[in-house]
Amino acid sequence: MKPSTAYRQYHPKWYRTRVSTLWWSRKWSYLKFMLRELSSVFVACYVVILLLQLHALRGGPDAYQGFQDWLKDPWLVILNGVSFLFVLFHAVTWFNLTPKAMAVRLRGKRLPNVLVAAPNYVAWLAVSALVVFLLTRQG
Amino acid sequence: MAETITIEVARYRPEQEGEPALQSYEVPLNKDWVVLDALNHIKDHVDGSLSFRWSCRMGVCGSCGMTVNGEPKLTCATFLSHYAPGPIRVEPLKNFPVVRDLVIEMTDFMEKLQSVKPWIVRQDDPAPAKGEFLQTPEQLDEFKQFSMCINCMICYAACPVYGLDPQFVGPAAIALAQRYNQDSRDQGEQERMDVLSQHEGIWGCTFVGECTEVCPKDVDPAGAIQQYKLAATKEWFKSFLMPWSKQ
Amino acid sequence: MAKRSNEPLLWALFSGGGVVAAFLLPVLIFLYGLAFPLGWLQPPDYERTLELVQHPLARPILFLLCFLSLFHWAHRFRFTLYDGLQIKHLNLVINLFCYGGAVTGTVAAAYLLWTLP
Ligand code: SF4
Ligand code: FES
Repeated sequence: MKPSTAYRQYHPKWYRTRVSTLWWSRKWSYLKFMLRELSSVFVACYVVILLLQLHALRGGPDAYQGFQDWLKDPWLVILNGVSFLFVLFHAVTWFNLTPKAMAVRLRGKRLPNVLVAAPNYVAWLAVSALVVFLLTRQG
Repeated sequence: MAETITIEVARYRPEQEGEPALQSYEVPLNKDWVVLDALNHIKDHVDGSLSFRWSCRMGVCGSCGMTVNGEPKLTCATFLSHYAPGPIRVEPLKNFPVVRDLVIEMTDFMEKLQSVKPWIVRQDDPAPAKGEFLQTPEQLDEFKQFSMCINCMICYAACPVYGLDPQFVGPAAIALAQRYNQDSRDQGEQERMDVLSQHEGIWGCTFVGECTEVCPKDVDPAGAIQQYKLAATKEWFKSFLMPWSKQ
Repeated sequence: MAKRSNEPLLWALFSGGGVVAAFLLPVLIFLYGLAFPLGWLQPPDYERTLELVQHPLARPILFLLCFLSLFHWAHRFRFTLYDGLQIKHLNLVINLFCYGGAVTGTVAAAYLLWTLP
């Protein structure tokens, strides 16, 4: 222990508070943070579905048909709807965060955050459009 | 000046009470009064035993940070009229031990600040030939935002991670490390990296982002921490792939 | 030298996963979770899907998607448990659950992709 801290531990008169367990429920910005962090659960959840899809794909046409029917289960549709909202939230917060981690400069001036985030959104749209095109093009 | 506003101040006198309790005062609701003016009014005219810190009254010394209606604020920059008709609750900054009334204990912050070496570190002979280190406006621009920090600890009060894990180095200290890392005159990046990147401390940050929201000086500590993590990760991969590159 | 921390590696995986998940998951979940089952769009059938995954780029992409997304989850969820429930003292169990889960999922993904026809 450093000499300057030596007395601190035994100081009897300071009043210390404890962070409450549900600290994140008390304030909208904290709650938003918690929801953002929980989006990761839905990310993992999708990967599990994807693994099941690959498994079904290995099992042949019938197994794959079974998988596709399983996706129509109302509960699964609800789960996926919720998942979709969460990953959307994740994507938006993630793209907006990029300008914070990288201070992009052009001719010595720091680019405004909007401009740094913008290419993310353009690329996102392009990738999404490409995926839709690949998966819905028949034959 | 008939109008008044109620202000509830957290009182903690360790010789007298076991835990803080609110005490109400009526103060004049002057249009140009800030919360700090109200506290000074109480101390001068109503109750001289009230303890709190302040100095400059103009947002540069960083000593008047308190919790106003649950939010960490510089009380010299927070107007009473903003909270009219009241009441206004004034408490000490969160996440720090309370010494007395509105006065918190800040040794922990001071030590963390010192640990990141917030000064210009030179590896070569520190005396430049022409008497000073020159710097262009562009080079100044690189770190200017981070240099605006007044050590008010408001970001620490807003940071749940600091509240939960006292090991966490915390927003302002990392922003100040970054301020010197980005300074063209500084050569201490490696030394600071050795302190911070090894320290489990910086990795506790989960980017809640509140530090940046509450900072009265627009320092953006959350951004500094992200930049720092990025730099530390690059460094980690570099020393992992090329162990010999480390001096 | 001070103790070497693994955090930079875990953070890099977390970040990579964050990028992959942000770019790909919204559209994939929209298609497979909503648009196909609800009949808004026509899903690719078995042969077409097989044809798609047999493209030389498909497997690496799918593998990275699973691998990085799972480590993204592991890292974020670990801190959510630490801070949200204040159970950092259980960190051994939490680490085992989070990173163990991610490793298991990654191995499963590798196996499935490898053995796909
Ligand atoms: S970063 Fe901002 S909030 Fe934190 S101590 Fe510095 S000036 Fe205060
Ligand atoms: S009194 Fe100096 S910052 Fe408020």
